[in-house]
Amino acid sequence: MTVTLAQAINRALADAMAEDDRVLVFGEDVGRLGGVFRVTDGLQSRFGEQRCFDTPLAESGIIGTAIGLAMYGYRPVAEMQFDGFSYPAFEQLVSHLAKLRNRSRGTLTLPVTVRIPYGGGIGAVEHHSESPESYWVHTAGLTVVSPGTPEDGYAMVREAIASDDPVIVMEPKRRYWMKADVELPVTAPPSSEALVRREGTDVTIVCYGPMVRTALDAAEAAEDEGWSLEVLDLRSLSPMDTEAIVASVQRTGRAVVVHEAGRSLGLGAEVAARVQEAAFYHLEAPVLRATGFDTPYPPAKLEQYWLPDVDRILDLVERSLAY
Amino acid sequence: MSTTQLEEPTRDLSEDELLRLGLYRQVVRIRAFEERAYRLFMEGLVKGTSHLSLGMEAIAAGFGEAMRADDYTFCTYRGHAHTLARGTPMAGVMGELLGRASGVCGGKGGSMHLTSVEHGAMGSYAIIGAHLPIANGAAWSAQVRDSGQVAVCFFGDGTTNIGAFHEALNFAKVWNLPVVFVCENNLYMEYTAIGDVTAVEHPAADRASAYGLEPIIVDGNDPDAVYEVAATAIERARTGGGPSLIEAKTYRHGGHSRADPGQYRPDEEVAAWLERDPVPTYRARLLADGLDEAALTEIETQAQADVDAATDVARAAPPPDLQAAYTNLWADGGSSWRN
Ligand SMILES: Cc1ncc(C[n+]2csc(CCOP(=O)(O)OP(=O)(O)O)c2C)c(N)n1
Ligand SMILES: [Mg+2]
Repeated sequence: MTVTLAQAINRALADAMAEDDRVLVFGEDVGRLGGVFRVTDGLQSRFGEQRCFDTPLAESGIIGTAIGLAMYGYRPVAEMQFDGFSYPAFEQLVSHLAKLRNRSRGTLTLPVTVRIPYGGGIGAVEHHSESPESYWVHTAGLTVVSPGTPEDGYAMVREAIASDDPVIVMEPKRRYWMKADVELPVTAPPSSEALVRREGTDVTIVCYGPMVRTALDAAEAAEDEGWSLEVLDLRSLSPMDTEAIVASVQRTGRAVVVHEAGRSLGLGAEVAARVQEAAFYHLEAPVLRATGFDTPYPPAKLEQYWLPDVDRILDLVERSLAY
Repeated sequence: MSTTQLEEPTRDLSEDELLRLGLYRQVVRIRAFEERAYRLFMEGLVKGTSHLSLGMEAIAAGFGEAMRADDYTFCTYRGHAHTLARGTPMAGVMGELLGRASGVCGGKGGSMHLTSVEHGAMGSYAIIGAHLPIANGAAWSAQVRDSGQVAVCFFGDGTTNIGAFHEALNFAKVWNLPVVFVCENNLYMEYTAIGDVTAVEHPAADRASAYGLEPIIVDGNDPDAVYEVAATAIERARTGGGPSLIEAKTYRHGGHSRADPGQYRPDEEVAAWLERDPVPTYRARLLADGLDEAALTEIETQAQADVDAATDVARAAPPPDLQAAYTNLWADGGSSWRN
């Protein structure tokens, strides 16, 4: 069966709702319309307005409500319509969702899933193309995952809903229509495990979310140059599977990290730090980063230059190999 | 700020007639611009999105005509109309929609972020609620400088449910700021009917009393009525009378944004509002009140010519240079240090 990432996530929500009455799905335009990306399509008609519903336009209110519901046993799945709209909810996410378990000496459990379509590549501008994952990763108390394939879309959302801790699912919106041939339901290794998507011997490409496809394309193109790239999909950004990264770099001796988010304090900085802490003597070259720039997200006509692509990855691969 | 320029009036027009021709010119120009924008978007000339004010022109027109040249406009992503109403040249607005270097933001903003500081168009804000507190700040600065300027801040019905709306109203009242908040109630927050997600019937007016403000509701499809409330509220603000909150009832003819066919709206509702289309109804009223049809036709012809010219300029302009992405992050004009 051919499924898109959006359909896989939709099915994951439906299956979780069917299995457990405590799963509630809500957000702006999520109910009747089925979400601006149609990820919640059909859920309201199937499960009713008590289980899948439209909220007022108030992100802070949406996350706050999810927290309160979760305190009393529900398993809310809240949608932030676009990446840039999660900022009005920043305070609830960072100061409360992430901290209430700790603050209540473990007595409060918050099984909240927050779904955020993120990243660029769809010709939108700022607010609609951002990659805010570092904010969440920086916040202790939040699990942050990002699917790079439809299979992972299904598995990660199921896992997030089943988790007793808050999970932010960063959904690469430009890959919502990416297809895979897969029978749902599908199982996958726990998202805390990074996966080698393609084996290689020369350079490790560390990536996640929207950049998994790009990294695989780069690995394909690299063959023409005679370079063998290993593509490591982090899957979970927090916690991060340091062991898998280190194991791969120990094999290849080189790493290039790829993400859309701006470079400064992007995930690449963290990956580079962990690699040099754990695999310093295996490194043949410094860890390099193919990232977005430290500028606001550019207009549609410039985003193709701004976003990391196959060429930018290969340039860095070449630099790494030249050391 | 009246922008009417009549070549040869056939008879001496009264001040009121001139004003109304100015209002008509505004609605016609905005309508012509939005229709063209829709066509260009459908032709795929633009990536990104667009949010049109088709059907909602009278609000921008009424306020545009009532404002002083140095007043401030703060609006949303649905901001073509408000930006034009302040006299921002059409070619610059069209260029911005098409993402060209000739656009008012140099192609960096696009449809949702139109800004032209020299025309008092202080930005189109695409994060709901963000600009209400910012308008307060601008108003406060005007108050402190005793400049007599007024900030007018437009937003939608959906916006009345986010915290920033409530924070801003309270601040404005506490500090007696020269600011006019205008809720363009088009009955929908994107794809969701506003009544389904709001505690009160009139999303703005019913909240006014919580902030010590008068509830004001105006027919947002009637340029005369909008001008009237706009002029009154702006005058009050300018003369130290403090803030106002106005709810203008209106409707968008099309969907929320470019690709939306708006099918979640009942057919009878759409039909009823199309009957109240501000452009033909205002035209008919002006004729009934004795204005010369030739004057109206001239306004219409001129508006089309302006839109054609703006489109030509925009189409011929180049896209922004790649370097544009690295400009104006810092006061030195660049984006150094990190990049
Ligand atoms: C903080 C935030 N949340 C969500 C959105 C997405 N969004 C864009 S427009 C819109 C609806 C706004 O409705 P309304 O205020 O009535 O304005 P209208 O579009 O009808 O003019 C939403 C939810 C946003 N831009 N900002
Ligand atoms: Mg609205």
